[in-house]
Amino acid sequence: MTEAATPPSLDTRTEAPARNQWWDVWDQFKTHKGAVMGACFFIFIVLAVYVGPWIWSIDPTYIDIRARNQGSSFAHPFGTDQLGRDMLARMMAGGQTSISVGLTAMGLALFLGTLVGVLAGYFKRIDGLLMRTTDLFLALPLLPLLLVMVMLFRQPLSASFGPETGIFILIVIAIGITSWMPTARIVRGDVLALKEREFVLAARSIGTRPGRMILRHVLPNVMSPIMVSATLGIATAIITESALSFLGLGFPPDFPTWGRLLFDATDFMQQHPQRVMWPGLAISLTVLAVNYMGDGLRDALDPRIRGL
Amino acid sequence: MLDDPKPTKLVEIDNLKMHFPIHTGLFRRHTGDVKAVDGVSFDIFEGETLGLVGESGCGKSTCGRAALRLYDITDGSILIDGDQIGDMSQKDLRTKRPTMQMVFQDPQASLNPRMTVQAIIQEPLDEHTSLSASEKREKVLELMDQVGLNRKFAGRYPHAFSGGQRQRIGIARALALNPKFIVCDEPIAALDVSIQAQVVNLLEDLQKEFGLTYLFISHDLSMVRHIATRVAVMYLGKIVELAPREALYAEPLHPYTKALLSAVPEPDPDLHDTMERTILTGDVPSPANPPKGCNFCTRCPAVMDICKQQEPDYREVLPGRYVACHHYNEVQTAADSTAASEASDQQSLSNTKNDQIN
Repeated sequence: MTEAATPPSLDTRTEAPARNQWWDVWDQFKTHKGAVMGACFFIFIVLAVYVGPWIWSIDPTYIDIRARNQGSSFAHPFGTDQLGRDMLARMMAGGQTSISVGLTAMGLALFLGTLVGVLAGYFKRIDGLLMRTTDLFLALPLLPLLLVMVMLFRQPLSASFGPETGIFILIVIAIGITSWMPTARIVRGDVLALKEREFVLAARSIGTRPGRMILRHVLPNVMSPIMVSATLGIATAIITESALSFLGLGFPPDFPTWGRLLFDATDFMQQHPQRVMWPGLAISLTVLAVNYMGDGLRDALDPRIRGL
Repeated sequence: MLDDPKPTKLVEIDNLKMHFPIHTGLFRRHTGDVKAVDGVSFDIFEGETLGLVGESGCGKSTCGRAALRLYDITDGSILIDGDQIGDMSQKDLRTKRPTMQMVFQDPQASLNPRMTVQAIIQEPLDEHTSLSASEKREKVLELMDQVGLNRKFAGRYPHAFSGGQRQRIGIARALALNPKFIVCDEPIAALDVSIQAQVVNLLEDLQKEFGLTYLFISHDLSMVRHIATRVAVMYLGKIVELAPREALYAEPLHPYTKALLSAVPEPDPDLHDTMERTILTGDVPSPANPPKGCNFCTRCPAVMDICKQQEPDYREVLPGRYVACHHYNEVQTAADSTAASEASDQQSLSNTKNDQIN
C-alpha cells in the first residue's frame, strides 16, 4: 500500500478477497420459501428421471401382456398400461425426454428472443425489420405450423440423426422458433427504456463499445423479464411437446414422453384414471416448481431487492 | 486564469448547434426542430471553471452533452485539447474520450444498479487501459480515497449509498482516466444543501490537485459564484452574456442576467422586503419556435423596436465580457439610449444591492 495516511487495519480488510456476489444471490434465494421448495422439487424430479432408472431397472418397453392395466402394487407402484408395460419406468423415461425438450427448447427460444429483442431495441436501424419479423411469427398459427414442420422434416432428420435424436432436434427447434416472440417483444421494450437511462449515457461518455454496452449495461438490467420468460418458457415447451405427442406428431409411439403417456392413457381414462393422473401431475408439478424457482431467482438476481 | 498572462484555451466551441427534429403527422414528416442549442460559442481556458447558468429548459445540459459529442451535433466546431471533435465519428471519438469526462445530474440514474462500485469506477479502466485486474483494483481504491469514499464499500451496489456518496462514485468514475476536461452537468442539483457544499468543495479540491478544467452547469447562481472563474448565461439555446465571475455578479450587462441575479433569494428580511426585483413576466418561448429578433425580446423589461426585428450580435463589449444585446451596440437611437439609461439605473440599483450584501 502506498498511502501512508490509511490505517493499516483498514488495508487488511480491503485486501481480503471480496465476497463472491453469487453468495449474496444464494442468500436471497434461500429467503424465498416457494423458490426453495420449487428448486427442491425440480431437483427431485430431475434425479428421479435420470438416476431413477438405475434403481428401478425395469425396461420401459418390456411388454408383459398378462399384467396389463394393473393398478398400483409393489411390483408396479404406478400400475401398468394396456400392454403391461411398467408405468413408473415409462414415467422416468418419458420425464427424461420431456424435461430435456423443455430445457433445450426454452434455451433456444430465450436465446432467439433475447437476441432479437436486444438488437431491435438497441440498434434503431434494424428495429423495424426485426419487429415486423416478430409480428410475422406471432401471426402464424402455431399448431398447424408445427404440424407442417413435423411432416416436412421428420423423415430427413430421422434419417440423418436416427429416429430419436432426429425427432428430438426437430421438436426442440420447432418449439424454439415458434415461442421466442413474446420474449423478444418484452426485451425490446425494456431495452428501449433502458437506452434512455443516464447510466447508459454515462457509459457512452466513457467510450464503451456497443457490444460491451449491451453485455454490461443492458442485459443485466433486462434480466427480470428474461427470467420470467424463461420459467414460463420451460412450462410452455413441456406443454407444447405434450400437445404434439398427444396429437401423435411428436416422438414415435413406442418412445415414451409425458405427453405421449397422457395421450395413450386418455382412451382408458374411464377405467383407469390413475394412468392419466400420474403424467398429468408430473407435468403440472414440474411446471409449477420451475415457475416458483424462476420467481425466486429473479428476485435474488436484483441487487436492489437483495440488499433488503 | 486572470493572473496568467497567456492562458491556453483547452476547449474552443464555435457556433455549436444542436437541433432535435420534430416529426408529426401520419407519415412522421420532419416539420420543425427544437433548437435546444442554437449557435453557442465559448472558450474555456486550461484550469478554469466556466459556469453555465440559465433557467430550466434553456439548453444548458444539452450544450454540455453536445460539447462532449454525446449527441451528434447539428452544426459547429468543438476543439478540445487541440482535436477537432465536432465532426469526428463516434468510433474515432472513443480514443479521445479519456480527455473529457462527465459528471451527471442524477447520481441515482447515472449509476448502473446492477454493478458494484468497484465495477462502476473500473469501467473506464476496462475500456481504455490494459492494466491487470489487481492494478485496476488498486487504482479504483485509490480513486475512492481521493473522492472520500470508504474503501470497504467497493463491493457494494449503488442503492446502498446516499445521494452525496453516489455522486462521489460518479466523480471517481469521471476521474479514473485522468481527464483534462470535465463537464459537470448540475452535479449538485439532486443533493441536499449540506451535501452540495461537500461535493462542490470536493470538485474544487480535485481541480487544484489535478489541474482539471470544468464546465460547471447549474441553475444555482450562488454555487456558480462560489466555484466558477467565468460565468456564461444561457437563454433559449443561446449565450446572452459571458463574463468573469466578479464582473458579472457586480455589474450584469444583459437584462436577462440582471433579472436572473435579482431572483437570487435575499437572506436579510429587511433587504428582502425593500429590494427591487426585476420580475420577468410570461414564459420562456418554445425552443421549437423562437421569437424573431432577440430571443429575449418577449420578456425583456428594456425591449426596443430593433430587438423584435434583428438578432443582436454576440460581441465583446468590454475586455473579457461578451454580451448579445442591442443596448450595447455602438449605433443607438435617442429612444434607445433612454432605455439604456433605464437599464443602467437598474444596474446601479443592483450594484448598491450587491454592495450591501458584500
